[in-house]
Amino acid sequence: MLLIVEQFLNGLQLGVMLFLMSAGLTLVFGIMRVINLAHGSFYMVGAYVAATLVHQSGSFLFGLAGALLVTALLGMVVERVVLQRLYARDHLDQVLATFGLILLFNESTRMIWGRQPLFMDVPDWLSHTVELIPGAPYPSYRLAIIVVGMLVSVFLYLLFTRTRLGMQIRAGASNREMIAALGVNINRLYTLVFGLGALLAGLAGVMAGPILAVESGMGESILILTFVVIVIGGIGSIRGALIAALLVGMVDTLGRAFLPALFRLFLPVAQADGVGASFASMSAYILMAAVLVWRPRGLFPVAGS
Amino acid sequence: MPVASRKWVPLAVLAVFLAALPGIAEMLGDRYLVSLFSRLLIYALVAVSLDLILGYGGMVSFGHAAFFGVGAYTVAILSFHGFEGTPFLEWPLRIEGSTNALVTLPAAALCAAIFALIIGSLSLRTTGMHFIMITLAFAQMLYFLYISLERYGGDDGLSLYSRNDLPGLDLSDDGNFYYLCLGVLSISLFLGERLINSRFGQVIQGIRENERRMLALGFPVYRYRLACFVIAGGIAGLGGGLIANQTEFVSPGLMHWTQSGEILVMVLLGGMGTLFGPLLGALVFLLMEEILTGITEHWMVIMGPFLIGVVLYTRGGIYGLITGQEKAGG
Amino acid sequence: MKRVLTYWVMAVGLVIGPATAAEPVKIGMVTTLSTKAGYLGEDIRDGFRLAMAQEGGMLGSVPVELLVDDDGRKPEKGKQIADRFIKREGVQIMTGIVFSNVAMAVVPKVVRDGVFYISPNAGPSLLAGKGCHPNYFNVAWQNDNLHEAAGKYVNDNGFNNVYLLAPNYPAGKDALAGFKRYYQGAIVGEVYTKLGQADYAAEIASLRAAKPDAVFFFLPGGMGINFLKQYSQAGLAQQIPVFGPAFSFDERLLKAVGPAALGVRNGSQWSHDLDNPANRAFVAAFRQAYGRTPTLYASQGYDAARLIGSALRAVDGDVSRQDDFRSALEKADFESVRGNFRFGPNHHPVQDIYIREVIEAADGTVTNKIVSKVFSDHSDAYVGECRMP
Repeated sequence: MLLIVEQFLNGLQLGVMLFLMSAGLTLVFGIMRVINLAHGSFYMVGAYVAATLVHQSGSFLFGLAGALLVTALLGMVVERVVLQRLYARDHLDQVLATFGLILLFNESTRMIWGRQPLFMDVPDWLSHTVELIPGAPYPSYRLAIIVVGMLVSVFLYLLFTRTRLGMQIRAGASNREMIAALGVNINRLYTLVFGLGALLAGLAGVMAGPILAVESGMGESILILTFVVIVIGGIGSIRGALIAALLVGMVDTLGRAFLPALFRLFLPVAQADGVGASFASMSAYILMAAVLVWRPRGLFPVAGS
Repeated sequence: MPVASRKWVPLAVLAVFLAALPGIAEMLGDRYLVSLFSRLLIYALVAVSLDLILGYGGMVSFGHAAFFGVGAYTVAILSFHGFEGTPFLEWPLRIEGSTNALVTLPAAALCAAIFALIIGSLSLRTTGMHFIMITLAFAQMLYFLYISLERYGGDDGLSLYSRNDLPGLDLSDDGNFYYLCLGVLSISLFLGERLINSRFGQVIQGIRENERRMLALGFPVYRYRLACFVIAGGIAGLGGGLIANQTEFVSPGLMHWTQSGEILVMVLLGGMGTLFGPLLGALVFLLMEEILTGITEHWMVIMGPFLIGVVLYTRGGIYGLITGQEKAGG
Repeated sequence: MKRVLTYWVMAVGLVIGPATAAEPVKIGMVTTLSTKAGYLGEDIRDGFRLAMAQEGGMLGSVPVELLVDDDGRKPEKGKQIADRFIKREGVQIMTGIVFSNVAMAVVPKVVRDGVFYISPNAGPSLLAGKGCHPNYFNVAWQNDNLHEAAGKYVNDNGFNNVYLLAPNYPAGKDALAGFKRYYQGAIVGEVYTKLGQADYAAEIASLRAAKPDAVFFFLPGGMGINFLKQYSQAGLAQQIPVFGPAFSFDERLLKAVGPAALGVRNGSQWSHDLDNPANRAFVAAFRQAYGRTPTLYASQGYDAARLIGSALRAVDGDVSRQDDFRSALEKADFESVRGNFRFGPNHHPVQDIYIREVIEAADGTVTNKIVSKVFSDHSDAYVGECRMP
């Protein structure tokens, strides 16, 4: 029983991690209508920069700040140089260009940092465990990830509902010409939003650094799952992304934890383990296909998308 | 130059070059060229099939490699059983293995088409970005399914003991195999051209341009799209059957999402909505890869910006660059 | 238009490539240099190159030319490169493949076509057993060997409630089978995870609940880093000892795992602290040439080069004397950096296998140290199935 509670907590934490990634992606897609495959690259760059800075300075927070700055700047540069010229184009042109960016970023990290993975550790002040559930100490760093995810969702909520910038962004999303006519510099606004999206991906990368391998290509491992999340949630919807991320996190974790045992009830053990593991690998995709067959535009479709 | 000749002259040159390639390779004493170009032609075939649904039908499938992989596995599994002399299936009906290309290649196309029918009938309920993602999801499911097929090697893949037999043509000879690929591609291009200009093709393009109008005109839009999806899946499966014979090996990597992405990139690079664009795209993409890896092991640093440049500075890909035309309807 | 045609001709010209007069013996290396596993191929290549550099571009006093190309971990691409090496360059000796699935696609075909293949890493069971071939040699290990060593060590040290983890693919299942071949105790859990999985929280929670007295895992590359970091953060590293094969504990990977790997014991046929003259010289030379401690992959690349060198010397660089070249390879007349080394009848190693422990060195780096020799003159489980034609 306690194990089930603990697995729920694990699912929640994975979900929050996915939310950090998908928030930036769905933001960029919802507002600029641009498919950015290179989103995973910002995640990777965030992790690499943080790992390097933490190693040099010994301070996790310094690494975090540096990585956020670098990814936000990089995002804005990429937007200015490449994506800004593609807004009016077909989605597929964006796919091709951002696919090119993935190749460029992956190979550049290999050239700069070498081929082997980098080291990044949990900061000392988060390296202990907390006994939330009796007999199952939980790593405090994972709790910190949950907290950061919550803070980000609150921040985005406030940004969109309470600030002038947020209102401009929302207005720009629904009527581009109107907001330009009102004297808002729409190009600058888009650059800022893209930078914010990249920053969120970078944040996810920094948070993932201490628990995952920091290596070239790490972005693509999580990119597809991120797309799954935003599609289930309804493209462009932050709220949808949050709920879908938690859902995918839960389904994935619980699938891995309990499916093999479930299959053992009616299959021989050796076979059950294999079949259970295969189904667990597919669980997120099965979930997405099911949601889309049931609701072809995701759980929380955004008007006009 | 008039548009028509701008289009046909390079294509005629390309056709002559491709037809003469084994002879050229013979002259240069470089037998590798023949097997390299066999592979390029197979990918061109798959890219053309994707363009049928992508460029003409307006359906962006991110799971096209699934059909490619299913076709390849069909050939590999039938050959495996054919070589071992064991039946593939005993119940409800007995299916024997086979190493005859006249059996395996049509079977590859048929199996892929059946998968396309199932996946398409579910996926086509969605549109746009959601369609991209749901096709990706089904392809990934198939990928993980084939990984868990222990009997057929799982992630390690499955080797063919030799290429399939084709009565009257020895496929183990690279030159013969090359002409088989060239033949299949030419026939597909010819039939593709016919299909696009047929009533069916006009309807499909009409749906891409204005779905609502076609619905109002009383066309069963969903069924037309599904038919197009199944045809494209079948051709991709045929391509898979050829690649299994070309490399004499299959693995689930053939249907991984990165493979779907590469096929998509070939189409976009060449110019979608044109039949010859994807052919050029596949040739250029794979040749670039081949050449650049010879120059530097960090070839992706060149390939990435090259792709970005193509997007930024050309309209309608390489084909558009050659003919000066924008892609159809783009 | 004209310009476009010129490009085409140029492109084709580049593919056809400059045809050079073949004087040195060409060796084709198909290996993995891109993707996350790129550093494995890099080390194999660097180890191989070191052996060449030490002889001034020769192996066994015969001038050689090493052609290297990246397979991107794709079997199909590996096959294409092999095709090019053989058909265009006329390569008669090949080596380099890192992964078993690439090896299975490439090796059976090339050895049938009369090319020698010396494997510096992948050793799938088929090629050691039913599919063995006179032209195929493996200078590293059979895939199961390092898992067998861990199994025997765990068994001999009185653990009898073990929890097993491996990815859900053939190599993962073979790994656990290899472990169980020498381990007789109880198994409290056997879990197959997704290939390329990042988060192991669910597995770690189940593992804790199962209360094993030891954990054996095979999660190569980044998966192993993820698992070890998360295992240590869950506070389990001090409670339940972990065992594995060397693949998650090479010197470059340990830098990325850091202290989370401390105390883990892993099976390996080689270690940088193995005390023999050939190894001492190799480790020093490698450090000087590349500024890092060699991994087992580098040692295997180096041994592969020196094995080829010994056979080239025997035939004076004339590989077309196939039978002489083959029997020279079979003799394995070179000083392996791992000490004891010879080939069994299936052309796979007969060698000693050790258990290493991950420790913190005096300078603070996390590294391996040999703690025990588990097998002497160890062969593999498939040698009996091999019938050389």
